[in-house]
Amino acid sequence: MVEQPLECELSEHALRKVLQEGLPLVARPYQHIAQQLGTNEQAVIEKIAEMKQRGLIKRFGMVLQHHELGYTANCMVVWDIPDQQVDQVAQQLSAEPAVTLCYRRPRRANWPFNLFCMIHGKERTQVQQQIESITDKHQLNYPHQLLFSNRQFKQRGAHYV
Amino acid sequence: MELSNQDRDLLNAVQKDFPLHPQPFKVLSDQLDIPEQEIIERLNAFQQSNAISRFGAVFDHQRAGASTLAALAVPEHEIEHVAESINALKEVNHNYQREHEFNLWFVINACNQAEVDSVLTHIAAEFDYPLLDLPMEKGYHIDLGFPLW
Repeated sequence: MVEQPLECELSEHALRKVLQEGLPLVARPYQHIAQQLGTNEQAVIEKIAEMKQRGLIKRFGMVLQHHELGYTANCMVVWDIPDQQVDQVAQQLSAEPAVTLCYRRPRRANWPFNLFCMIHGKERTQVQQQIESITDKHQLNYPHQLLFSNRQFKQRGAHYV
Repeated sequence: MELSNQDRDLLNAVQKDFPLHPQPFKVLSDQLDIPEQEIIERLNAFQQSNAISRFGAVFDHQRAGASTLAALAVPEHEIEHVAESINALKEVNHNYQREHEFNLWFVINACNQAEVDSVLTHIAAEFDYPLLDLPMEKGYHIDLGFPLW
Protein backbone atom coordinates (compact mmCIF):
# COMPACT_ATOMS: atom_id res chain seq x y z
CA MET A 1 0.00 0.00 0.00
CA VAL A 2 1.13 3.53 -0.61
CA GLU A 3 0.17 4.89 2.77
CA GLN A 4 -1.13 3.38 5.95
CA PRO A 5 -2.73 6.04 8.12
CA LEU A 6 -4.57 3.58 10.28
CA GLU A 7 -7.77 4.99 11.63
CA CYS A 8 -9.25 1.96 13.29
CA GLU A 9 -9.60 3.97 16.47
CA LEU A 10 -12.13 3.26 19.17
CA SER A 11 -14.18 6.50 19.10
CA GLU A 12 -15.61 5.69 15.70
CA HIS A 13 -15.49 1.99 16.11
CA ALA A 14 -19.15 1.35 16.92
CA LEU A 15 -20.50 3.69 14.25
CA ARG A 16 -18.17 2.23 11.64
CA LYS A 17 -19.38 -1.24 12.50
CA VAL A 18 -22.99 -0.17 11.94
CA LEU A 19 -22.13 1.63 8.69
CA GLN A 20 -20.31 -1.37 7.29
CA GLU A 21 -23.10 -3.77 8.31
CA GLY A 22 -25.82 -1.49 6.97
CA LEU A 23 -28.60 0.84 8.13
CA PRO A 24 -32.27 -0.13 8.16
CA LEU A 25 -34.51 1.16 5.36
CA VAL A 26 -36.88 3.07 7.64
CA ALA A 27 -38.13 6.67 7.64
CA ARG A 28 -35.59 7.81 10.26
CA PRO A 29 -32.55 5.54 9.83
CA TYR A 30 -30.14 7.81 11.72
CA GLN A 31 -32.42 7.91 14.74
CA HIS A 32 -32.66 4.15 14.63
CA ILE A 33 -28.89 3.65 14.81
CA ALA A 34 -28.50 6.50 17.31
CA GLN A 35 -30.71 4.55 19.72
CA GLN A 36 -28.66 1.44 19.07
CA LEU A 37 -25.45 3.35 19.82
CA GLY A 38 -26.79 5.31 22.77
CA THR A 39 -26.42 8.71 21.14
CA ASN A 40 -28.67 11.14 19.27
CA GLU A 41 -29.70 11.44 15.65
CA GLN A 42 -27.86 14.69 15.00
CA ALA A 43 -24.58 13.30 16.37
CA VAL A 44 -24.82 10.36 13.97
CA ILE A 45 -25.54 12.63 11.01
CA GLU A 46 -22.66 14.94 11.86
CA LYS A 47 -20.23 12.10 12.40
CA ILE A 48 -21.07 10.53 9.04
CA ALA A 49 -20.67 13.92 7.32
CA GLU A 50 -17.31 14.36 9.00
CA MET A 51 -16.11 10.88 8.00
CA LYS A 52 -17.14 11.64 4.41
CA GLN A 53 -15.33 14.94 4.47
CA ARG A 54 -12.14 13.31 5.75
CA GLY A 55 -12.32 10.83 2.91
CA LEU A 56 -12.65 7.81 5.19
CA ILE A 57 -16.08 7.20 3.67
CA LYS A 58 -15.81 7.49 -0.08
CA ARG A 59 -19.43 6.73 -0.79
CA PHE A 60 -22.52 6.74 1.38
CA GLY A 61 -25.73 5.21 0.09
CA MET A 62 -27.09 2.00 -1.36
CA VAL A 63 -24.77 -0.70 -2.62
CA LEU A 64 -26.30 -2.47 -5.62
CA GLN A 65 -25.79 -6.01 -6.82
CA HIS A 66 -25.25 -5.61 -10.55
CA HIS A 67 -25.99 -9.23 -11.18
CA GLU A 68 -29.44 -9.13 -9.57
CA LEU A 69 -30.36 -6.07 -11.65
CA GLY A 70 -29.67 -7.85 -14.90
CA TYR A 71 -26.14 -6.57 -15.47
CA THR A 72 -24.74 -10.07 -15.59
CA ALA A 73 -21.68 -9.49 -17.78
CA ASN A 74 -18.79 -8.38 -15.60
CA CYS A 75 -15.35 -7.97 -17.11
CA MET A 76 -12.04 -7.03 -15.53
CA VAL A 77 -9.73 -5.71 -18.24
CA VAL A 78 -6.02 -5.85 -17.37
CA TRP A 79 -3.44 -3.86 -19.30
CA ASP A 80 0.34 -3.83 -19.57
CA ILE A 81 1.03 -0.11 -19.99
CA PRO A 82 4.52 1.41 -19.97
CA ASP A 83 5.09 3.05 -16.58
CA GLN A 84 5.51 6.54 -18.01
CA GLN A 85 2.14 6.32 -19.81
CA VAL A 86 0.06 4.58 -17.18
CA ASP A 87 -1.34 7.75 -15.54
CA GLN A 88 -2.49 9.17 -18.85
CA VAL A 89 -4.13 5.95 -20.01
CA ALA A 90 -5.78 5.50 -16.60
CA GLN A 91 -7.31 8.94 -16.89
CA GLN A 92 -8.64 8.19 -20.37
CA LEU A 93 -10.18 4.95 -19.15
CA SER A 94 -11.64 6.54 -16.02
CA ALA A 95 -13.40 9.18 -18.10
CA GLU A 96 -15.30 6.48 -19.99
CA PRO A 97 -18.84 6.06 -18.58
CA ALA A 98 -18.66 2.28 -19.00
CA VAL A 99 -15.65 2.02 -16.68
CA THR A 100 -16.73 1.70 -13.04
CA LEU A 101 -13.33 1.22 -11.36
CA CYS A 102 -9.74 1.84 -12.47
CA TYR A 103 -6.64 0.95 -10.43
CA ARG A 104 -2.89 0.63 -10.87
CA ARG A 105 -1.39 -2.49 -9.29
CA PRO A 106 2.12 -3.96 -9.25
CA ARG A 107 3.48 -6.32 -11.90
CA ARG A 108 4.69 -9.74 -10.76
CA ALA A 109 7.04 -12.38 -12.25
CA ASN A 110 4.08 -14.30 -13.70
CA TRP A 111 1.83 -11.26 -14.14
CA PRO A 112 2.81 -8.42 -16.53
CA PHE A 113 -0.33 -6.28 -16.16
CA ASN A 114 -0.26 -3.02 -14.19
CA LEU A 115 -3.59 -1.34 -14.93
CA PHE A 116 -7.02 -2.77 -14.08
CA CYS A 117 -10.46 -1.54 -14.98
CA MET A 118 -13.93 -2.93 -14.49
CA ILE A 119 -16.80 -2.88 -16.96
CA HIS A 120 -20.32 -4.15 -16.27
CA GLY A 121 -23.03 -4.72 -18.83
CA LYS A 122 -26.15 -6.66 -19.61
CA GLU A 123 -24.56 -8.90 -22.23
CA ARG A 124 -21.12 -10.21 -22.86
CA THR A 125 -21.01 -9.22 -26.54
CA GLN A 126 -22.06 -5.70 -25.65
CA VAL A 127 -19.26 -5.43 -23.06
CA GLN A 128 -16.76 -6.78 -25.60
CA GLN A 129 -17.89 -4.13 -28.09
CA GLN A 130 -17.57 -1.39 -25.48
CA ILE A 131 -14.02 -2.47 -24.72
CA GLU A 132 -13.14 -2.58 -28.44
CA SER A 133 -14.58 0.86 -28.99
CA ILE A 134 -12.68 2.31 -26.01
CA THR A 135 -9.47 0.66 -27.23
CA ASP A 136 -9.93 2.07 -30.75
CA LYS A 137 -10.94 5.52 -29.58
CA HIS A 138 -7.81 6.02 -27.46
CA GLN A 139 -5.58 3.83 -29.67
CA LEU A 140 -4.64 1.67 -26.73
CA ASN A 141 -2.33 -0.68 -28.60
CA TYR A 142 -1.00 -2.30 -25.47
CA PRO A 143 -1.17 -5.93 -24.41
CA HIS A 144 -4.39 -6.54 -22.54
CA GLN A 145 -6.66 -9.38 -21.48
CA LEU A 146 -10.37 -9.64 -20.78
CA LEU A 147 -11.23 -11.56 -17.62
CA PHE A 148 -14.96 -12.13 -17.68
CA SER A 149 -16.46 -13.38 -14.48
CA ASN A 150 -18.57 -16.48 -14.84
CA ARG A 151 -19.41 -17.00 -11.19
CA GLN A 152 -19.69 -14.89 -8.10
CA PHE A 153 -18.89 -16.83 -4.95
CA LYS A 154 -19.11 -13.92 -2.54
CA GLN A 155 -19.88 -10.22 -2.62
CA ARG A 156 -20.40 -8.06 0.41
CA GLY A 157 -19.02 -4.88 1.97
CA ALA A 158 -15.62 -4.92 3.62
CA HIS A 159 -15.42 -5.55 7.35
CA TYR A 160 -12.57 -3.56 8.82
CA VAL A 161 -13.73 -3.23 12.43
CA MET B 1 -35.39 -8.14 -13.24
CA GLU B 2 -36.99 -5.46 -15.40
CA LEU B 3 -36.64 -1.94 -14.06
CA SER B 4 -39.11 0.84 -14.71
CA ASN B 5 -37.78 4.32 -15.48
CA GLN B 6 -38.83 5.36 -12.00
CA ASP B 7 -36.90 2.46 -10.45
CA ARG B 8 -33.81 3.44 -12.41
CA ASP B 9 -34.08 7.07 -11.30
CA LEU B 10 -34.52 5.95 -7.72
CA LEU B 11 -31.57 3.53 -7.78
CA ASN B 12 -29.34 6.08 -9.48
CA ALA B 13 -30.27 8.67 -6.86
CA VAL B 14 -29.59 6.58 -3.74
CA GLN B 15 -26.10 5.27 -4.54
CA LYS B 16 -24.06 8.30 -3.58
CA ASP B 17 -24.45 11.41 -1.47
CA PHE B 18 -27.44 9.89 0.26
CA PRO B 19 -29.17 12.74 2.17
CA LEU B 20 -27.73 13.32 5.64
CA HIS B 21 -31.02 14.60 6.95
CA PRO B 22 -33.24 13.21 9.74
CA GLN B 23 -35.78 12.14 7.11
CA PRO B 24 -33.62 11.29 4.10
CA PHE B 25 -36.41 9.57 2.17
CA LYS B 26 -38.51 12.70 2.46
CA VAL B 27 -35.67 14.65 0.80
CA LEU B 28 -35.56 12.06 -1.98
CA SER B 29 -39.32 12.19 -2.26
CA ASP B 30 -39.16 15.91 -3.00
CA GLN B 31 -36.33 15.42 -5.51
CA LEU B 32 -37.88 12.54 -7.38
CA ASP B 33 -41.55 13.35 -6.93
CA ILE B 34 -42.28 9.88 -5.53
CA PRO B 35 -44.12 9.57 -2.17
CA GLU B 36 -41.77 8.92 0.76
CA GLN B 37 -43.55 5.73 1.81
CA GLU B 38 -43.40 4.36 -1.72
CA ILE B 39 -39.65 5.00 -1.87
CA ILE B 40 -39.10 3.11 1.39
CA GLU B 41 -41.25 0.22 0.19
CA ARG B 42 -39.53 0.00 -3.20
CA LEU B 43 -36.08 0.05 -1.62
CA ASN B 44 -37.08 -2.62 0.89
CA ALA B 45 -38.35 -4.76 -1.98
CA PHE B 46 -35.02 -4.30 -3.79
CA GLN B 47 -33.19 -5.30 -0.64
CA GLN B 48 -35.34 -8.38 -0.22
CA SER B 49 -34.58 -9.46 -3.78
CA ASN B 50 -30.86 -8.78 -3.17
CA ALA B 51 -30.71 -6.05 -5.80
CA ILE B 52 -29.63 -3.80 -2.94
CA SER B 53 -27.08 -5.58 -0.80
CA ARG B 54 -26.58 -2.86 1.76
CA PHE B 55 -27.48 0.68 2.79
CA GLY B 56 -24.35 2.09 4.38
CA ALA B 57 -20.85 3.34 3.81
CA VAL B 58 -18.18 2.31 1.34
CA PHE B 59 -14.89 3.03 3.07
CA ASP B 60 -11.63 4.11 1.49
CA HIS B 61 -9.59 0.89 1.61
CA GLN B 62 -6.35 2.65 2.38
CA ARG B 63 -7.70 4.90 5.10
CA ALA B 64 -10.04 2.36 6.65
CA GLY B 65 -7.40 -0.34 6.89
CA ALA B 66 -5.43 -2.45 4.48
CA SER B 67 -6.51 -4.52 1.52
CA THR B 68 -5.31 -6.40 -1.50
CA LEU B 69 -6.64 -8.08 -4.61
CA ALA B 70 -5.46 -11.68 -4.71
CA ALA B 71 -5.78 -14.42 -7.30
CA LEU B 72 -5.20 -18.16 -7.37
CA ALA B 73 -4.67 -20.42 -10.37
CA VAL B 74 -6.82 -23.38 -9.36
CA PRO B 75 -7.43 -26.57 -11.39
CA GLU B 76 -11.03 -26.37 -12.65
CA HIS B 77 -12.21 -29.44 -10.76
CA GLU B 78 -10.95 -28.00 -7.46
CA ILE B 79 -12.42 -24.53 -7.81
CA GLU B 80 -15.62 -24.99 -5.81
CA HIS B 81 -13.82 -26.55 -2.90
CA VAL B 82 -11.14 -23.82 -2.89
CA ALA B 83 -13.72 -21.02 -3.32
CA GLU B 84 -15.60 -22.37 -0.30
CA SER B 85 -12.48 -22.23 1.88
CA ILE B 86 -11.67 -18.72 0.68
CA ASN B 87 -15.26 -17.59 1.32
CA ALA B 88 -15.04 -18.87 4.87
CA LEU B 89 -12.34 -16.30 5.66
CA LYS B 90 -13.97 -13.29 7.31
CA GLU B 91 -11.38 -10.94 5.76
CA VAL B 92 -12.54 -11.86 2.23
CA ASN B 93 -15.45 -9.83 0.88
CA HIS B 94 -15.43 -10.32 -2.90
CA ASN B 95 -14.68 -13.65 -4.53
CA TYR B 96 -15.20 -14.27 -8.24
CA GLN B 97 -14.37 -16.95 -10.71
CA ARG B 98 -12.88 -15.47 -13.88
CA GLU B 99 -11.94 -16.88 -17.27
CA HIS B 100 -8.17 -17.03 -16.99
CA GLU B 101 -5.38 -19.29 -15.80
CA PHE B 102 -5.67 -17.26 -12.61
CA ASN B 103 -9.31 -18.16 -12.19
CA LEU B 104 -10.22 -17.26 -8.61
CA TRP B 105 -10.07 -13.54 -7.72
CA PHE B 106 -10.80 -12.22 -4.25
CA VAL B 107 -10.35 -9.11 -2.15
CA ILE B 108 -8.86 -9.28 1.35
CA ASN B 109 -9.64 -6.46 3.79
CA ALA B 110 -8.38 -6.07 7.32
CA CYS B 111 -7.55 -3.44 9.88
CA ASN B 112 -3.85 -3.44 9.03
CA GLN B 113 -1.26 -4.83 6.61
CA ALA B 114 0.00 -7.46 9.07
CA GLU B 115 -3.47 -9.03 9.13
CA VAL B 116 -3.70 -8.99 5.33
CA ASP B 117 -0.27 -10.65 5.11
CA SER B 118 -1.26 -13.30 7.61
CA VAL B 119 -4.36 -14.18 5.55
CA LEU B 120 -2.16 -14.48 2.44
CA THR B 121 0.30 -16.68 4.32
CA HIS B 122 -2.54 -18.88 5.48
CA ILE B 123 -3.86 -19.24 1.91
CA ALA B 124 -0.40 -19.97 0.51
CA ALA B 125 0.09 -22.68 3.15
CA GLU B 126 -3.31 -24.25 2.54
CA PHE B 127 -3.21 -24.30 -1.28
CA ASP B 128 -0.18 -25.11 -3.36
CA TYR B 129 -1.31 -23.08 -6.36
CA PRO B 130 0.23 -19.96 -7.94
CA LEU B 131 -0.94 -16.97 -5.89
CA LEU B 132 -0.94 -13.29 -6.88
CA ASP B 133 -0.92 -10.46 -4.34
CA LEU B 134 -1.84 -7.23 -6.17
CA PRO B 135 -2.39 -4.37 -3.73
CA MET B 136 -3.72 -1.14 -5.17
CA GLU B 137 -0.92 1.34 -5.89
CA LYS B 138 -3.12 4.11 -7.18
CA GLY B 139 -6.86 4.57 -7.63
CA TYR B 140 -7.91 6.66 -10.62
CA HIS B 141 -11.61 6.14 -10.51
CA ILE B 142 -13.28 6.40 -7.13
CA ASP B 143 -16.30 4.28 -6.51
CA LEU B 144 -19.28 6.51 -7.22
CA GLY B 145 -21.74 3.71 -7.64
CA PHE B 146 -23.00 2.25 -10.84
CA PRO B 147 -25.09 4.19 -13.33
CA LEU B 148 -28.06 2.15 -14.53
CA TRP B 149 -29.33 2.68 -18.02
